[in-house]
Amino acid sequence: MAQAAVNKERSFPHPEFTDSEAGALTFPSSTSRSYNYYKPAKARATTYEDVTFDVQPDPERHLSQGWIYGFANTPGGYPQDWTRLKSSDWHQFRDPNEEWEKTIYRNNAAVVRQISLSLENAKRAKAYSHWNPAWVRFIERNLGAWMHAENGLGMHVFTAAQRSAPTNMINNAMAVNAAHKLRFAQDLALFNLDLAESEIDFDGQVHRDVWQNDPAWQGVRENAERLTAIGDWGEALFATNIVFESLVGVLFRSDLLMQISARNGDYITPTIVGAGENDYSRDLGYTRALFSMLTRDEKHGDENKAVLGEWLSTWVPQSLRAAHELQPIWSQPNEKVVTFADSLDAAKATFRSVLADLDLEAPKELDQ
Amino acid sequence: MSRQSLSKAHAKITELSWEPTFATPATRFGTDYTFDKAPKKDPLKQIMRSYFPMEEEKDNRVFGAMDGAIRGNMFRQVQQRWMEWQKLFLSIIPFPEISAARAMPMAIDAVPNPEIHNGLAVQMIDEVRHSTIQMNLKKLYMNHYIDPAGFDITEKAFANNYAGTIGRQFGEGFITGDAITAANIYLTVVAETAFTNTLFVAMPDEAAANGDYLLPTVFHSVQSDESRHISNGYSILLMALADEDNRQLLERDLRYAWWNNHCVVDAAIGTFIEYGTKDRRKDRDSYAEMWRRWIYDDYYRSYLIPLEKYGLKIPHDLVEEAWNRIYNKGYVHEVAQFFATGWPVNYWRIDPMTDTDFEWFEEKYPGWYNKYGKWWENYNRLRYPGKNKPIAFEDVDYQYPHRCWTCMVPALIREDMVTEKVDGQWRTYCSETCAWTDIKAFRPEYEGRPTPNMGRLTGHREWETLHHNRDLADIIKDLGYVRDDGKTLIPQPHLDLDDQKKLWTLDDVRGINFASPNILLNEMSDADREAHVAAYKAGGPAGRPAPAKV
Ligand SMILES: [Fe+2]
Ligand SMILES: [Fe+2]
Ligand SMILES: [Zn+2]
Repeated sequence: MAQAAVNKERSFPHPEFTDSEAGALTFPSSTSRSYNYYKPAKARATTYEDVTFDVQPDPERHLSQGWIYGFANTPGGYPQDWTRLKSSDWHQFRDPNEEWEKTIYRNNAAVVRQISLSLENAKRAKAYSHWNPAWVRFIERNLGAWMHAENGLGMHVFTAAQRSAPTNMINNAMAVNAAHKLRFAQDLALFNLDLAESEIDFDGQVHRDVWQNDPAWQGVRENAERLTAIGDWGEALFATNIVFESLVGVLFRSDLLMQISARNGDYITPTIVGAGENDYSRDLGYTRALFSMLTRDEKHGDENKAVLGEWLSTWVPQSLRAAHELQPIWSQPNEKVVTFADSLDAAKATFRSVLADLDLEAPKELDQ
Repeated sequence: MSRQSLSKAHAKITELSWEPTFATPATRFGTDYTFDKAPKKDPLKQIMRSYFPMEEEKDNRVFGAMDGAIRGNMFRQVQQRWMEWQKLFLSIIPFPEISAARAMPMAIDAVPNPEIHNGLAVQMIDEVRHSTIQMNLKKLYMNHYIDPAGFDITEKAFANNYAGTIGRQFGEGFITGDAITAANIYLTVVAETAFTNTLFVAMPDEAAANGDYLLPTVFHSVQSDESRHISNGYSILLMALADEDNRQLLERDLRYAWWNNHCVVDAAIGTFIEYGTKDRRKDRDSYAEMWRRWIYDDYYRSYLIPLEKYGLKIPHDLVEEAWNRIYNKGYVHEVAQFFATGWPVNYWRIDPMTDTDFEWFEEKYPGWYNKYGKWWENYNRLRYPGKNKPIAFEDVDYQYPHRCWTCMVPALIREDMVTEKVDGQWRTYCSETCAWTDIKAFRPEYEGRPTPNMGRLTGHREWETLHHNRDLADIIKDLGYVRDDGKTLIPQPHLDLDDQKKLWTLDDVRGINFASPNILLNEMSDADREAHVAAYKAGGPAGRPAPAKV
């Protein structure tokens, strides 16, 4: 087994000069120094493309023997019919965030460090002791409930979906999205733990009951659970990142928490939630890029728009209901700052602009 | 973080999962295993707060080493014999890595306990790391090594080459078929727990011995994530063992996964380590010696056998037979010889063996010269174009082999070949176990028990079928294994780049007909086929045809 066995140092022969460096000789292909089996999106290939493109093979590209394992009754590999959406060339998709190993760790480590520092400082400064009881309740119940949604979607929407899309570029983007969600959920949970251990009277356990039973949160929980139950990866991604995130996620994080925390004497929550918002704007970036590629597809664009329209009429009412059921929490803090109607209008406006960007019509349900 | 706060943090994170009441996560991937009686088993835990900075730190070391290697001009002292095989290895390995990431939701689907889901999700991120970090290493090789040809076409070549396909099992096997068979037994219990030792520890050592200290930096960094993955797999295995009904499947899957990993990984890594090295000091361990330590002692004896007390049926016979193939039946030597025979359809160059190599082989594998020495002398003699065809098409006492339908490595240990008519087609297998894998294991029923979720072997499994009765020059051109002058081949049976006349071109291989042994076998009459198979099985070692009966 790996760890136990790294033993018995091996000796190495003396180095020998071999003149095997680039340019030592000239011969056919001696200067062929770029991956030449795919066409980069721009003139020059990015590192991101080089380390991601074609790593997941495709019978439509170079895979000559086809997939060599199949499922019991269906082909193996990455069948294109695992979503109803169609593309004339799935391989055109590039993640605008250009995520690969280096960016994943650099970005997430930076977030983690920033949050840890804020939490340490808050602890030292006894920052929570200024919180009024209404705010303490608000955070322990509502931010506490929300972290479940982040975790559930990270695990059962994004981690699940990254097995399913037809290209490595799409699957990696969803895998990074999963990492964001899971990290953010844990950031919130550990914040919750800090609060429970701080000098204030904070109930670190009530979040479970709120998530499971508080009527205000049941619409969100139902929405989240139904998102995890979608089998079509394209629908899961769309219903989560375009619909749910706009109408519920952004509504709660940006249009409520980010607006009211400071006025309630809380400077820590915006730091943590802001990191989650920042993740989401990155994740929305790749999601928009993907769906605009599909709605603008020369051959399948119209059909895709029809399918996405169907999905909008399923998921917009679901998420609007979740949003409306959340309304009571707007009146819980002492300092109210924004009304539910203002927040919802803001969320809807952003949602409309995302839809316009995708060349999709806003469903009539949105006007209700 | 202190130990105490770490365990509090872990406990806190487990609060994030909940019992859904409106809808449950979609089950995209089925399994015939059941986990109803499974006790909770916690694998090694990892929280994101410490995970990301820890990995970033590791990355910084890797990137630092990369810069250092370029600044220090490492490539002035790497052995080309070694680097050429990296064109094959590094074309294969990023796909199994990314497949491991893709396999995680299959395990999450199959195993209901949220305790282990976190570990699996972290593994997913690790595997994205591994895949992209390896692609990046390969890019560095392409940029700084003397001969970039073969690196430049890497993922295409991986996808259209016979050797790439052999390696592809070690990836597709993780993500297809029964979720537990694939994502737990094949991927973690066997591939990661047993074979990453040869891949990520033994092989990097050999790289260092050949002047390449970058590969070890990258692969040791990869391997350092592996203990968490092994722990994930172990937890699932123990949960599966809790249900008696799973034991028959576990026995099946362990036999399949063990044998397939042996066929594939030992073929490839064995060849790289034995035939890709210039380190011929006698105190350098042979692949067989490394295998004995890493696989036999550390995996089989220390990991597998203790699981017997939990009711796991261990494939003792197959462990012994794998060793027997490696040590007594010349498995690695036969494979290396086959790779070298097939050099015109490779995308890397293969250095001839010299007297120094012969001596070392004879010392480590007594009797080696009598079996393989002549053939390698012929390989050396036929290495330049002009007077002769590539060695596969010259008379050097070598019969081009049949391919194993299951593991796709040819049936090189000739006496072990199994021939059966399966699904209406005559198929050849390298061994009894590979025949069993296709005929018995990957089927909707196993020993009378329905196994509706078990996968299938699919695809054009014999590579030669795709190119039957075509001109070798056309095949190579279509595969894209031609250099940027439009005529010189990427593969060469030597390392001499100093003289264009020594380099084979399309013209040198034109007019040679390429044939599929499987198609020919299926075209034979029953009597001819029986005679052919009997003669084949009487052949070897080193691919020698059986002497004609008098
Ligand atoms: Fe890995
Ligand atoms: Fe792994
Ligand atoms: Zn086989």
